[in-house]
Amino acid sequence: MIVDRRPLTFWEKLYLPAIVGGLKVTLKHAYSTLIQRKVVTMEYPEQKWTLPENYRGAPYLVKDQEGSTKCVSCQLCEFVCPPKAIRITPPGASGQKADRANAEKMPKEFEINMLRCIYCGFCQEVCPEEAIFLLKDYSITSTSREELVYNKEKLLALGGEHGGIQKWKHKLEEAKAQENFPVKV
Amino acid sequence: MSTTATTETKPAAPAIEKIKVKVDGREIEVPKLMPDWTGKLTPTTMIQACELAKTDVPHYCYHPKLPIAGNCRMCLVEFGTPALGPDRKPVLNPDGTAKIAKSPRPAIACATPISPGMEIYNNTPTVKQMREGVLEFLLINHPLDCPICDQAGECKLQEYSVDYGQSASRFAEAKVHKPKAVDLGPRIMLDDERCILCTRCVRFTRDVAGDDKLGIVNRGSYNTIAAYPGTQFDNNYTLNTVDICPVGALTSKDFRFQMRVWFLKETKSLCNSCGTGCNVLVSSREEKMYRYTPRENDAVNGPWMCDAGRLNYKWVGRADRLKDVLMRGAGQGGLVKTTWLTAINDISDKLKRAPAGSVAIVASARQTNEELYLLAKLKANLGALSDSVEHTGEADRLLVSADKNPNTNGARLNGICYTEIGSNLPQIAQGIQSGKIKTLIVFGEDVTTQGIGADLLAKLDTLIVSDILPNATTQLAHYVLPGAAHVEKRGSFTNTKGRVQKFMKAVEAPGDARAEWEFLHDLVHNVTGKNGYVTIEGLFNQMAAEVPGFAGLSWAGLGDTGVTVTI
Repeated sequence: MIVDRRPLTFWEKLYLPAIVGGLKVTLKHAYSTLIQRKVVTMEYPEQKWTLPENYRGAPYLVKDQEGSTKCVSCQLCEFVCPPKAIRITPPGASGQKADRANAEKMPKEFEINMLRCIYCGFCQEVCPEEAIFLLKDYSITSTSREELVYNKEKLLALGGEHGGIQKWKHKLEEAKAQENFPVKV
Repeated sequence: MSTTATTETKPAAPAIEKIKVKVDGREIEVPKLMPDWTGKLTPTTMIQACELAKTDVPHYCYHPKLPIAGNCRMCLVEFGTPALGPDRKPVLNPDGTAKIAKSPRPAIACATPISPGMEIYNNTPTVKQMREGVLEFLLINHPLDCPICDQAGECKLQEYSVDYGQSASRFAEAKVHKPKAVDLGPRIMLDDERCILCTRCVRFTRDVAGDDKLGIVNRGSYNTIAAYPGTQFDNNYTLNTVDICPVGALTSKDFRFQMRVWFLKETKSLCNSCGTGCNVLVSSREEKMYRYTPRENDAVNGPWMCDAGRLNYKWVGRADRLKDVLMRGAGQGGLVKTTWLTAINDISDKLKRAPAGSVAIVASARQTNEELYLLAKLKANLGALSDSVEHTGEADRLLVSADKNPNTNGARLNGICYTEIGSNLPQIAQGIQSGKIKTLIVFGEDVTTQGIGADLLAKLDTLIVSDILPNATTQLAHYVLPGAAHVEKRGSFTNTKGRVQKFMKAVEAPGDARAEWEFLHDLVHNVTGKNGYVTIEGLFNQMAAEVPGFAGLSWAGLGDTGVTVTI
């Protein structure tokens, strides 16, 4: 479909009124910054925005209050991730055991391709272990594409600590309390 | 050999009387007797009638190929039967239909036989409430292990929780904790907390596998599955208990923590570890295979398969797979990499110039019917001697066949080998020794272990070898053509009982490796000058038209479960 361009009105054809209008805006800003000393810009890398509470930045893995990996490699985030940015290598039967008791497993490798990530937050929403969070990082830069595929170590270091209910620990405590009943097989 | 193709392995059974029942208000006709887990005809149960009516009755302990236990109570349904008056005649409604006396109590659909005029209610509020109640009790002591449980994604408990579960638990007390990650046997890991005590594994290993090793110990809430004290749960069928376990209690050590099941692509295939040809599903993700699981086919393997066959898939991903087309350089040069085009053209030229009788073919009964058919064409054109190699092992009473080749009968039907497989090999060896045979084509076998040693192979002008993994023969070859494993191509096998079954491609072949039938097609075209089919469907149909043993078959007609030909 071709839409015809609206013909110019008389005032628009005159051209000069628009120039005057533009100059008015320029002068207004010149007055407020030069005379009134109002700052409308921010010196970005040195100064940063205060981000809102619900801001969704880069997803990182977090550790629990005892410094153990929370992720159990259930791969739900990998499944739900719309741009397929997450790639988890499960531990396998002979792989490294989870670094907290009773959780049985943790990922052998966990990679997030920050170039692919769209910050949708589905991974955080789906995580049954509260192990991945969208933190407030937004300026992710690097000199190569490879560097922007964050591995497990890096994600854990960036994610920091995020306590929680420690369900596996409580389960173990509950199980230990019942240990001598009934008679062991 | 007869040429009739049938879809049945047994003669048609005598007609069984049909009776009418209503499932959720829909009237259907079902046979009065249906085969039970042993195949014996027994009165049809409500769950079988519901299945015929395409109505799903949730169940845990019921399995069509196991004896009925009736312990999970998940399949409770309401039902009614035609009311009888004092004169033992049906009471009629004013509109002339039979009056239904609804049973005051529900019944388990898996163990209650149907009767004429019975009405089964599978969808009433009461039924829903009963199932919710049963599920709530099953979940009382169930750990919420789903994030670390291998069964997640194919777990009946998860599925029925979606249908009949509640969002929050009303159980405020501490759950009973049972042993976790118990080493039950060399291939099985047991998590007692997840077990819902349906006893499917107990019944399977007692009644099907015949190794009564599992049982339930302790009482009440402390019930746990265990192997007989001091023994390991170790027979050749243990991994079937993992398949039938409706929850994540029994898990395979091989598949443990390897991959979540929802990522796996399932391809219909066959097991090629022996002549039985068990139907399998190959689970793969991104060209990597993770497991075989049996695919139900009552004419071959039922819903089971053996552990040895199930775990025999890792060689496909081996790092030393033949990936390049190799050709021996001029003179005494070593093997150098070349292209398919060069190698096939070169080989075709040599074969075309070869005088009749100077070529011999050693094929493999691990190849597909189509590949053996193409080799038989080559054989006929070249007037070649041909044979295959026998591989035997121990058979058992259930599934394992003594014939370790998956397609011995395919080789026989195509005329590559004879009733006694391997009988031509000494003749081929003699021919090479006497200098009569100058060219040897070997497919998928190491002939150095079959009486054609390195000294004999050195006498040949041309040794053409196609294989999947390197061996002594491939090292001596003049041409090495990398082939594809059966999961990397399509084709069909004929099992020991003459069942022709097809399999699909699950993963890509590595490097330059190609399905044998593809390059054999090129080779046959070049040598005979006759074009053939370039699709597996066309090739199979052509074979069915030309080889009497396969007469009447078609690729599409094989279906998922195959067709039996007379051997």
